[in-house]
Amino acid sequence: MKNKLIRVLSIAGFGWFTPVIRLATGEDANEQIREILLRIGVPVMTFAIFLLVWNGAAAGIETNLGRVPGPAQVLEQVRSLAHEYKEERRKEVEFYKIQAEKNAAKLAANPSEPAKNRKFTGKPTYLDQIFTSLRTVFTGFLIASVIAVPLGILCGLSRTLSMALTPLIQIFKPVSPVAWLPIVTMIVSSIYVVPREWLPKSYIISSVTVSLCCLWPSLINTSLGVASIDKDYLNVARVLKLGFFNKIFKIVIPSSLPYIFAGLRISLGVGWIVLIASEMLSQNPGLGKFVWDEFQNGSSQSLARIMVAVFTIGIIGFILDRVMVTLHSLVSYTPETH
Amino acid sequence: MPEPDSMSMELLNPFLHFTDTTKEYPSPNGPIAVVEGFELRIAKGEFITIIGHSGCGKSTMLMVAAGLNKVSRGGVILQNRLIEEPGPDRGVVFQSPSLFPWMTALQNVLIGVDQVRPNDSHKERVAVCKHYLERVGLGDSLNKKASELSIGMKQRVSLARAFALKPKLLLLDEPFGMLDSLTRADLQEILLDIWNTEKITALMVTHDVDEALYLSDRVVMMTSGPRAHVGNILKVNFERPRNKQEVIEHPDYYVHRGTLIGFLESESYGDHSVAA
Repeated sequence: MKNKLIRVLSIAGFGWFTPVIRLATGEDANEQIREILLRIGVPVMTFAIFLLVWNGAAAGIETNLGRVPGPAQVLEQVRSLAHEYKEERRKEVEFYKIQAEKNAAKLAANPSEPAKNRKFTGKPTYLDQIFTSLRTVFTGFLIASVIAVPLGILCGLSRTLSMALTPLIQIFKPVSPVAWLPIVTMIVSSIYVVPREWLPKSYIISSVTVSLCCLWPSLINTSLGVASIDKDYLNVARVLKLGFFNKIFKIVIPSSLPYIFAGLRISLGVGWIVLIASEMLSQNPGLGKFVWDEFQNGSSQSLARIMVAVFTIGIIGFILDRVMVTLHSLVSYTPETH
Repeated sequence: MPEPDSMSMELLNPFLHFTDTTKEYPSPNGPIAVVEGFELRIAKGEFITIIGHSGCGKSTMLMVAAGLNKVSRGGVILQNRLIEEPGPDRGVVFQSPSLFPWMTALQNVLIGVDQVRPNDSHKERVAVCKHYLERVGLGDSLNKKASELSIGMKQRVSLARAFALKPKLLLLDEPFGMLDSLTRADLQEILLDIWNTEKITALMVTHDVDEALYLSDRVVMMTSGPRAHVGNILKVNFERPRNKQEVIEHPDYYVHRGTLIGFLESESYGDHSVAA
């Protein structure tokens, strides 16, 4: 039971918490306390030192937008953003309440007149922007994965295809999202002429840009994973005369899943980095646009708000990475030892 | 066990026939023939082992019979048909168990049975797998992941996988080479036990002289490479079914053993003249 819990925690990325459980269940106290100090104490202390240094350094720098904010000012902006969010939600509830009342009154006066139901169009709150960013990055990541994984499998199986695609991969891999964006913008604008309300142009542009940048790690890793399948496995497949799809789904994909997920993990990380830049330029209403707007806005709180965004981006990136690590360890198997 | 006379008759039109089988590998000084002119005739139902020094090309010959390795000249004929590609009519047991670690023991056997019995129901196919897994002593580990099994258990699954195909020919490439001696003895017994009931023609490569004498009807001694070929063949007439103790106590045992070891020792000095 305890070991199972510890295993689950380790896979889920909470390995640092396991010494607490071990201590609570009466394992060697000295060793567990040492582990707790190392795995929880040390990181907490580093962070505290970082806050102190930041606080000290920030006070000394004057910018056009006032003094560089320290931890306290940033925390204040977190509260202010949370307050704005609550305020916006309250307005929304009120809006719908008033609308319902109006409709009810109209209905009473004239039953034949159709009720008008408008959607609430308040300004996007910080939380909305986070969700837009997540949606955009996952769309881009999904597009990239749908292309990269099958193509990577084919590349891994066929040396010819791998040779054919290598120059393209090597040339396009290092290109920054900022370079892709104008091209993607022009192409999307010319193809997607009449945007639908639920699918804004800026959303497509930033998703496609993200996918162009996060395609490569998955492609390269998948193809590497497939190319390095244990030869014995392929021999068994040949002896059994497995058909193409059977071979792909029963042997090739399961055996290269750890590589594929390692690639997807890097891709999602790259996608999240790239997203902010592409949102800034494409004006997709996410965290990138938030940063850009605050920069343009230039109020005395702007820098502190941008720093809130920096921490948000960092923490979300960290969580996404942990999720991918967990998925990776779930699909990993112990390879045969020779 | 066929009488010697009927055996030689059968060998005129052998079940499995290596004829002038030659394997060359490229080298900076032109191609080098690792094996050259390998000739071997095997009758249906025989258990043949090939012994020889490491690198003499005995595994290469086995892989040619499996269709996993191409020859440079000559070939292998199974039931009057030249072997050109691998297929489930030849069950192969590799030195490393080569199980798919993400599958259970049962699934590892089932993947082959699915291929050779496409018309049977799923239930029937599972029953076949279970039968062979029980024969190798894994009846209670059917649903264990292959990665959780010990190497000896893995090799048992690998044996079950090969037998469950009901192949015409069983090819065993040093299947017990990675096992400790106790496990090895267990598995030799299991192999012989199943082989006794299935009577599948078997060709096995081994380093182990005692293993060869215990299991086979004939031991093929290969000369050392390059240009390795069949040096000598020893007939082993111990009665079947065999029992390890009885085999060891047989009056011919140490004579045979001496012949095999003598051959291997002379080969290790690079003396090729011992051949026949």
